[in-house]
Amino acid sequence: MHKYASPKFFYSLAGQLIPWTAAVTVVLLLAGLYLGLFVAPADYQQGESYRIMFVHVPAAWMSMFIYVLMAGAGAVALVWNIKLAEIFASSCAPIGASFTFLALATGSLWGKPMWGTWWAWDARLTSELILFFLYIGYMALQASIDDPRRAARAAAILALVGVVNIPVIHFSVEWWNTLHQPASVSKIGTPSIHPSMIAPLLLMAFAFTFYFVAVVLLRMRNEILERERHTTWVTDMLESKP
Amino acid sequence: MNWAEFFAMGGYGQYVWGSYGLAALILILNLYLPLRRRKTVQRLLREFLRLKEQTR
Amino acid sequence: MPKLLQAIARLFWRDLTVAMRRSTDVLTPLVFFVIVVSLFPLGLGPEPAVLRTIAPGVIWVAALLATMLSLNRLFANDHADGTLEQMALAPYPLALLALTKITAHWTLTGLPLVLISPLLAVQMHLPESAIGTLVLSLLLGTPILSLLGAVGAALTLGLRGGGVLVSLLVLPLYTPILIFGAGSVAGVIAGIDTEAHFSLLGAFLALALTFAPWAAAAALRVSLD
Repeated sequence: MHKYASPKFFYSLAGQLIPWTAAVTVVLLLAGLYLGLFVAPADYQQGESYRIMFVHVPAAWMSMFIYVLMAGAGAVALVWNIKLAEIFASSCAPIGASFTFLALATGSLWGKPMWGTWWAWDARLTSELILFFLYIGYMALQASIDDPRRAARAAAILALVGVVNIPVIHFSVEWWNTLHQPASVSKIGTPSIHPSMIAPLLLMAFAFTFYFVAVVLLRMRNEILERERHTTWVTDMLESKP
Repeated sequence: MNWAEFFAMGGYGQYVWGSYGLAALILILNLYLPLRRRKTVQRLLREFLRLKEQTR
Repeated sequence: MPKLLQAIARLFWRDLTVAMRRSTDVLTPLVFFVIVVSLFPLGLGPEPAVLRTIAPGVIWVAALLATMLSLNRLFANDHADGTLEQMALAPYPLALLALTKITAHWTLTGLPLVLISPLLAVQMHLPESAIGTLVLSLLLGTPILSLLGAVGAALTLGLRGGGVLVSLLVLPLYTPILIFGAGSVAGVIAGIDTEAHFSLLGAFLALALTFAPWAAAAALRVSLD
């Protein structure tokens, strides 16, 4: 366990993993895009616009998945004091926030042709918006604290409070939405799922996941270099390259 | 393959391509930013080391 | 056990008396609450039908904002003079001490909001039948706001820009309380049964009472290290 928790070991492991995960990402993306844009037929009701789903839904999934990972890593960091868990959590945040933003923007772009408005307070988009605020709060808290250890631990507590609240928020927003929804607006429902739509959806979801792994490792390596700058292995490595 | 039809996306072209374009932008940005940061960190740390050597 | 109860009682009274001496700290959120609600008719026009429709949401949002404003006061003063560190070292569970402080804080900040809300309800032309619901929803809701807010205040202890930062952290978490709190008042006006709203608010309160003091204590320890 100790070997894996060592920043030095992780740094080189990450360095080796990144090219592979990147390659897998590209393959999955190409396959997903091909199936989603060329092979899957147009939807009976929504026509071609439903294809936004292949970006919007995986982005939304990632936004939630990453937040949970972030909270989990935070818990590990708090309980066992593992530096790598701290580094992982803080590296997750901007990526998760980006996916949340993407889900919101594509949700808006999907909504405009469907509902005629750029923004609709439907349950999913509203929950996603609140999630975005949670990410921003997390990043703001970390940015406001100079001491990296206190920053990581405070952010971890915040993420845990957030993750517990997310189901509550989802439920509340769902409830609120059913009460206030005008009859003309229906949920951005997944269109009647044609089997040919499942494959590209899953491929894109996996593509985004491998992408996340690749870029989170990139961020972690940067933070490891900074945090470990006083160690011999870092100074040796920096001096060896001109 | 009718490319004109493909790009028009049944009239929803701007929405569909807008979405995919945004996705591409986000993916590229999240790749570019850490790569750029890596160069900055390495440069800063090397300078820091040089200063440490000089003041020894 | 008696020693613990004694300590809690003493802490509670101490917080109350200290806060009463700085009465501006206590009155400002209350005045803010009243002013903010009054801004809406000024912004939207005095049409009673309009005001009646927006009243539940407006009063509740104003209560949220007023609570946010007051959160700074919760731990900052004790942190500044070192009392907080003493509390962390005391042989009593920090979570219980935090809960005591939160209760004292709510008594002086949240409770006044609850008590003055009927006046604001009248100002906003809420029907009399809804006033009771409003008061009850705030009575259940404002403690939850204080409890959750305390975690935010503990996390941002001593940070520059702390006030706005706390809002950023805590307001998203407040949304369920807002939804059911304001929803209960709107519901009673529309003739909907509000039992679900109050059950949920009650459940949130129970959850918050169980977990928030503990989370706040953990956050305090992180901030004090």
